[in-house]
Amino acid sequence: MTQEQTLWQFIASQQDKLLAQVGQHLGLTFLSLLLAIAVGIPLGILISRRRRLATPVLGIAGVLQTVPSIALLGFMIPAFGIGATPAIVALLIYALLPIIRNTYTGITGVNPLVTEAATALGMSKSQRLFKVELPLAMPVIIAGIRTAAVINVGVATLASFVAAGGLGEFIFGGISLNNTNMILAGAIPAALLAVVLDMAIGYVQRSGLRSFRKLLYAIIAIAVALAAYFLWPLGTKNKLKIGFTPEFMGRQDGDLGLRQVYGMQLSPVVVSDAIMYKAAQEGKLDVISGYSTDGRIKAFNLVVLQDDKNIFPPYYAAPIVKSETLTKFPGLKEALNLLAGRINDSIMTSLNYKTELLNQTPEHVAKDFLLSAGLYKASKNGTKGTVRIGSKIFGEQYILAEMYRILIEGNTDYKVETKTGLGGTKICFDALMNNGIDLYPEYTGTGLLVLLTPSQKVVNEVSKDSQKTYNYVAAQFKKQYGLEWLNPIGFNNAYALMMRREQAEKLHIVTISDLKAYLNKK
Amino acid sequence: MITLSGVSKSFGTHKAVNNISLQANDKEILVLLGTSGCGKTTTLKMINRLIEPDAGTILINGNDIRNSKPEALRKTIGFVMQHAGLFPHYTVAQNIAVLPALLQWDSKKTKNRTSELLEKLNLPQNIVSRYPHELSGGQQQRVGIARALIANTPVLLMDEPFGALDTLTKAAIHNEFKSLDELTNKTTVLVTHDVQEAFELGHRICLMDKGQIVQTGTPAEMLYHPANDFVKDFFASSRLVLEYKSATLQDILPFLKEALPPEVKGAANVWQALQLLSSENKYSMQYDAVMQAFSQYRKLQTA
Ligand SMILES: Nc1ncnc2c1ncn2[C@@H]1O[C@H](COP(=O)(O)OP(=O)(O)O)[C@@H](O)[C@H]1O
Ligand SMILES: [Mg+2]
Repeated sequence: MTQEQTLWQFIASQQDKLLAQVGQHLGLTFLSLLLAIAVGIPLGILISRRRRLATPVLGIAGVLQTVPSIALLGFMIPAFGIGATPAIVALLIYALLPIIRNTYTGITGVNPLVTEAATALGMSKSQRLFKVELPLAMPVIIAGIRTAAVINVGVATLASFVAAGGLGEFIFGGISLNNTNMILAGAIPAALLAVVLDMAIGYVQRSGLRSFRKLLYAIIAIAVALAAYFLWPLGTKNKLKIGFTPEFMGRQDGDLGLRQVYGMQLSPVVVSDAIMYKAAQEGKLDVISGYSTDGRIKAFNLVVLQDDKNIFPPYYAAPIVKSETLTKFPGLKEALNLLAGRINDSIMTSLNYKTELLNQTPEHVAKDFLLSAGLYKASKNGTKGTVRIGSKIFGEQYILAEMYRILIEGNTDYKVETKTGLGGTKICFDALMNNGIDLYPEYTGTGLLVLLTPSQKVVNEVSKDSQKTYNYVAAQFKKQYGLEWLNPIGFNNAYALMMRREQAEKLHIVTISDLKAYLNKK
Repeated sequence: MITLSGVSKSFGTHKAVNNISLQANDKEILVLLGTSGCGKTTTLKMINRLIEPDAGTILINGNDIRNSKPEALRKTIGFVMQHAGLFPHYTVAQNIAVLPALLQWDSKKTKNRTSELLEKLNLPQNIVSRYPHELSGGQQQRVGIARALIANTPVLLMDEPFGALDTLTKAAIHNEFKSLDELTNKTTVLVTHDVQEAFELGHRICLMDKGQIVQTGTPAEMLYHPANDFVKDFFASSRLVLEYKSATLQDILPFLKEALPPEVKGAANVWQALQLLSSENKYSMQYDAVMQAFSQYRKLQTA
């Protein structure tokens, strides 16, 4: 991948993937929409008959819709595992409210004189419903379906978090990998889908479709087309279920390295790291990518496969800051460097374990550690300016951000604002470059492979050991971006492949080569 | 024949209909007359079970309506709503054919019957493909009437069916309506607050006030033998016209000294006959004769 690739070249080179993602995206959107229609219209009819149920039903649907999408997807995992099912259920839940509400308002909005006329003419309740009420409510119901469809195209981008595919794979992969073309290759089709769907349903709405039966036929036709699509293999054909993060998929020290160095042609599902470990623990996935310091390795009894061909070099973590920021805030550098060299691999792993398994807050874990390390000082409640610390969206970064907050507030006269949970490398890095934040903890490997992306030769050369990588990355960042890497915190972090311990032992898989041999065995 | 005995209906504490008894005979138009809010619509809707009474019984041809399923009952009762109540998503043809569709008539029969009714109700044939919102209020009401007449049900209930018409068109329609052969074999109950309409259409009038029946009788009985001051006052303001309208040519025939021209013989009442005669100068003799005959007839009524 050269750096100056155009969006067009990217799309051309990835068109198979793009097509598959568009297909999955449409599939998820339509299937969930169909289910939402199948559930929502009868529910809407029911509450228009029993008005007492209207408030609770609409209330519940409304509350469900306010649950943040990621959280909702997270709730789905224990019940539905990963893949298309939890995504479709979550999307169904989002689509429900507009459909129920519009069915209800559509039916209750029918002129009572007209329904009375229907009754007076001798229509039964169901005749009245199908011949009079539903046809008259149809434009409103279709408007609800239209709203739901547009919502679902948007939310379906998050389906990639639970390995359900869709255009989110490109969007979030691009965000993690600092690849704007990749983001656009996902975002533009997603936006187009939303617009086209909106216009198409809008057309149906205006065409004065009244017959409920015709709507039913249209829906069934779409359903059949979709069912055909969903027979398309959506997951992995491997003996083991493999799930990688979007970032891992595009990194040299990731899926690319597995292909080139180990010669492993895996077809993994793409999944968010927020749920990947849990999925591995529960057996929904067998092999996952992850960080070697992650607390969940210990917590979930996973085992890291030995990287016998060294594609996952270890990297340091250190805060990165703009040089001008260090000038603007004298004393900041010293405060940040207090942490340098203080956290080794096992400490970091155990800190991560505390947040991820013991559910302690990052604030608590950070303070405890600093107290035990003798670094804790109460906040001076400084007023000389505000330092904004960012973090990516995983536990370790939250803990580090908290530690820096305490150190800065205890040792300088600055106030600290933390902006945690930024979606990925690109978001953090862009925020830093555009002065949205002043610093965040980064890993030299990410700096090298995701942000700098030098030639393969340079990568091979500098990633031979952690210190060498650090020196190269620090020098290049200063030169290219005016950013400083402060002193490394101490621990080495690296990508790793991991499995459930018990399964790895049963299959006698210790190294990545063992895994390859097992997968290739007929 | 429709018989109501001791029928009451309250909405909350308000007695909309209070213990009324009445009878509508075969081949008769019985008019429920009264000011707005006196319970006419409520009474009418109890007959086809759109409203269930709190007390009393309603019989149609001797059968208690509570013994038939509401849907089945309603298919035997034509109903004209106060505001036409047409289905906005149906064309005129579909609107008229609602009951035939429920009864699964074949489409040819429905079509013939529709065009026959359009003609009788003075509606243009090309109206069938239009939607209700493309019609005038009067046309909508007539479509509503066609819808109620199409299946030739033995009972017809009409709630202010001509409310949307101007006075002139109303008078024209009244004549045609009263002479519809559809009405000759059924029992019709018609609700109106329009005194003139009641006199023009009703064989008998049932005057209501505050949920109760004040008097039931023929138009002439209402005028000449009012049960109380309420009835008398009710008709006072248009009394003169009503007197002429309540008398048919048949009524004054014994006192008539001149032969009437043929185009006047069909007049529905004395009022109409006088109007026809007064429009032509050559009939001034006949006009006077009718006036005289009516005076004599009236003297007998008030004696
Ligand atoms: N569904 C209803 N709920 C409450 N009150 C009603 C209802 N229908 C009619 N009423 C009341 O009952 C009385 C009689 O109404 P109605 O029969 O419609 O009168 P009319 O047709 O003679 O104008 C009125 O006072 C009206 O407000
Ligand atoms: Mg009324």
